[in-house]
Amino acid sequence: MASGGLILGFNWLSNETLAANIIEQTTLENITSNAFLSIAPNGIITIFSPNPEIGQGIKTAFAMIVAEELNADWKKVVVKQANLDAKKYERQLTGGSGAIKHSWERLRKAGATAKQLLVEAAAQKWSVNVSTCKAENGFVISSTGQKLSYGDLSEAASKLPIPQEVKLKKTEEFKLIGQTIKSVDNHDVITGKPVYGIDFKTEGMLHAQIQRPPAFGLKLKSFDASEAKKMAGIIDVVSFGNKVAIVGKSTWQIMKARKVLKIDWEKDKDLESDSDHNRIFTEMMEGNKAEVRRKDGDVEKAFKEAYKVIQADYQCPFLPHNPMEPMNFFADVKEKNVRLAGPTQTPQNAVDQVSKLLNIPVANITLELTKMGGGFGRRLNNDYALEAAELSSIIKAPVKVMWTREDDMGGGIYRPAVRYRFKAAVDKAGNMTGFMLRGVSMNAGNSTRQDNFPVGAVENVLIDSVDYKSPITTGPWRAPITNFLAYAEQAFLDEVATAVGKDPIQFRLELLAKVKEKPVGKITYEPDRFEKVIKMAAEKSQWGKTKKDTHQGFSVYFSHNSYVAQVAEIEMKKGKPTLKKVYAVTDCGIVINESGARNQIYGAIVDGIGHAMYGKLSFKDGVPQETNFNTYRLIKYNEVPEIEAHFVNNGIDPTGLGEPALPPTGGALANVIFKATGKRVYQQPFAENQQVNGIL
Amino acid sequence: MAKYSLSINGQSKMVDVEADTPLLWVLRDTLELTGTKYGCGMAQCGACTVHLNGVATRSCVLPVSVIGNSKITTIEGLSANGTHPVQKAWNEIDVPQCGYCQAGQMMTAAAFLKENKNPTDADIETAMSGNICRCGTYHRIHDAVKLAAKSTK
Repeated sequence: MASGGLILGFNWLSNETLAANIIEQTTLENITSNAFLSIAPNGIITIFSPNPEIGQGIKTAFAMIVAEELNADWKKVVVKQANLDAKKYERQLTGGSGAIKHSWERLRKAGATAKQLLVEAAAQKWSVNVSTCKAENGFVISSTGQKLSYGDLSEAASKLPIPQEVKLKKTEEFKLIGQTIKSVDNHDVITGKPVYGIDFKTEGMLHAQIQRPPAFGLKLKSFDASEAKKMAGIIDVVSFGNKVAIVGKSTWQIMKARKVLKIDWEKDKDLESDSDHNRIFTEMMEGNKAEVRRKDGDVEKAFKEAYKVIQADYQCPFLPHNPMEPMNFFADVKEKNVRLAGPTQTPQNAVDQVSKLLNIPVANITLELTKMGGGFGRRLNNDYALEAAELSSIIKAPVKVMWTREDDMGGGIYRPAVRYRFKAAVDKAGNMTGFMLRGVSMNAGNSTRQDNFPVGAVENVLIDSVDYKSPITTGPWRAPITNFLAYAEQAFLDEVATAVGKDPIQFRLELLAKVKEKPVGKITYEPDRFEKVIKMAAEKSQWGKTKKDTHQGFSVYFSHNSYVAQVAEIEMKKGKPTLKKVYAVTDCGIVINESGARNQIYGAIVDGIGHAMYGKLSFKDGVPQETNFNTYRLIKYNEVPEIEAHFVNNGIDPTGLGEPALPPTGGALANVIFKATGKRVYQQPFAENQQVNGIL
Repeated sequence: MAKYSLSINGQSKMVDVEADTPLLWVLRDTLELTGTKYGCGMAQCGACTVHLNGVATRSCVLPVSVIGNSKITTIEGLSANGTHPVQKAWNEIDVPQCGYCQAGQMMTAAAFLKENKNPTDADIETAMSGNICRCGTYHRIHDAVKLAAKSTK
């Protein structure tokens, strides 16, 4: 006879209604991913993680939050990636460091609800009052010492009505949250299991690669596939949009056939080079077309009356995301339904767009979420999923489209190129009385963040921006806008502090004191939390007390809802500067998983250093000049400094960590470079500056 | 197309592929051993690293026709169930973020530690600096290699 278990389907849309069902079989295979959480009679607890995993550790952290409130035995918890299901889950996407912040309470409620049901089931069985029972490590225990496991209770629990209100734990009661927990995906990763989109395979699946225009601004004129079609393993060559797709039996056969494909492209839009971008930046910077993003007080007057004016321009190039797993997607388009599978940060958007493209109802489209070999924002854009769906609809076969590294790096959706101009007016006492920021950008929209620090601390502020519509496509890149803005701003504040003869940390604390007293206009950050990470970073790094030949640079940022302060250290050896260490103090509220959190801080700092030093995608007549790792430099093992990471861990509801530690890194690096070499770096990549190249 | 008999993870496998097919695509497309990853196709990133007679080798630029009798080991064959000291250390230190490059990292580390049982930090740096990790897990890779070295002694 089949024994039952408990499944909790958590309705994310209503945020309140929970539905319990009985599991008819004990085997895990029978648990559908429609559930949010299930407890099988054998005691195995399966938690479905709705949001896509790109390496930010969400799958582990989500399950920990549920297991905490459930008082589960972590050793009995299995975590599975849920497939796309808009009926069950809300905001099933990964981006903006928002998953934890958004789901914190829902996840806790789900765990607490299941726990309460189990306790009630036990109390009924023992005919005792619920208040005499407690749940502990996978068991319900009565005051008289009776004990039943969650597995034993799961069937009875599934028949009880769902409680309308559940009690959540106090943060002091947390046992699992804050522990060092290994990623639940480690075993799959270390044994090479086929868990990534690029590993996906179905019966009869064909492979495909797509030749896209080699330059931004070109479109397809004509193509001759007669030679390519004769090549072994090639099944078809078809064209759609401005693309030519080669379909075949294996990757290598397609790669070879691509080489004999003859394609003529023609000019469609401007074929831009770096020199064009520089000219356009200057025109926008000196022009009068900027849109005002923020205005406080009277900036004109402040600068007219200033004792001193400090001004600096900063510029960054376009950047590819370069996740190690290149873009790929599987699609099988039938007449009335579609099966999709692959790595995407925004699965609902992929389905919606495919529905629109193929005129097939959303209800008839399924999407299986795979693990992702990195995203960094690239997989927020589903262009590659749409390509696969369109191709499958044309060739009427299941197909996986794979991008080569060259396709991936040359294929667009880059971090936008931006130039900033900062101006500060200071009075005789060294107070900042006026602050101006103009952002000019290529397809970045508003390139400023007008409500972030130092705004709120200065009486007279003007922030504006102009955007240029370039044929070069762009999209969010890990920590959109702030991945460069934070560096520029923090480098500039350092320059202002130096100009007025103040210690960079003291200078910022003075600004924050003004905010605490009375902020000027609307601000998005909390000055107390800002101040705390600054003071803690100063203390941990022994700011100002370093030994001879060691220099320090400071940076701090209110960063995608978390606060991160950093101190970078350069050591001079025989006159040669070397980046030795980075201290990071992060306030992301409660730290869910100590191990995962640290990993994100380390990774984001390494990423921040690497791209500040080396990241550059240049253009000549619309053609991206760096399209593989032989010319595009990524930071390597031998180049990373020591990192010392600290968390404030103040019991405040948690925020994300996928992005926050990256933005301030470039600033700390630029500021320590100045201290060590006397040289300000105003452009990324820093390594193009001879004095700076070689510090890693 | 031509037939090749390959020794992979202790087993003999017959494949019928074109002579210039890189081992990477034979593994991934023909043999469905997808643990070995494609990253760049030009031996720059190390995601495709396998062992050829115990030596760490970039499979994306190694034509199947030159392999002959050489013994190939992939991540799937490094141990029965993730029990190789390197794999255990990778889990213990909790190295992976996205995890995509880690098979290549572990294969590089395993081949290196077989030759150098007592590596210095400088040795590890030389051995591991050819594999790119876009997530930046280098600190933990360092710790994991140290731990694996200790446990293989």
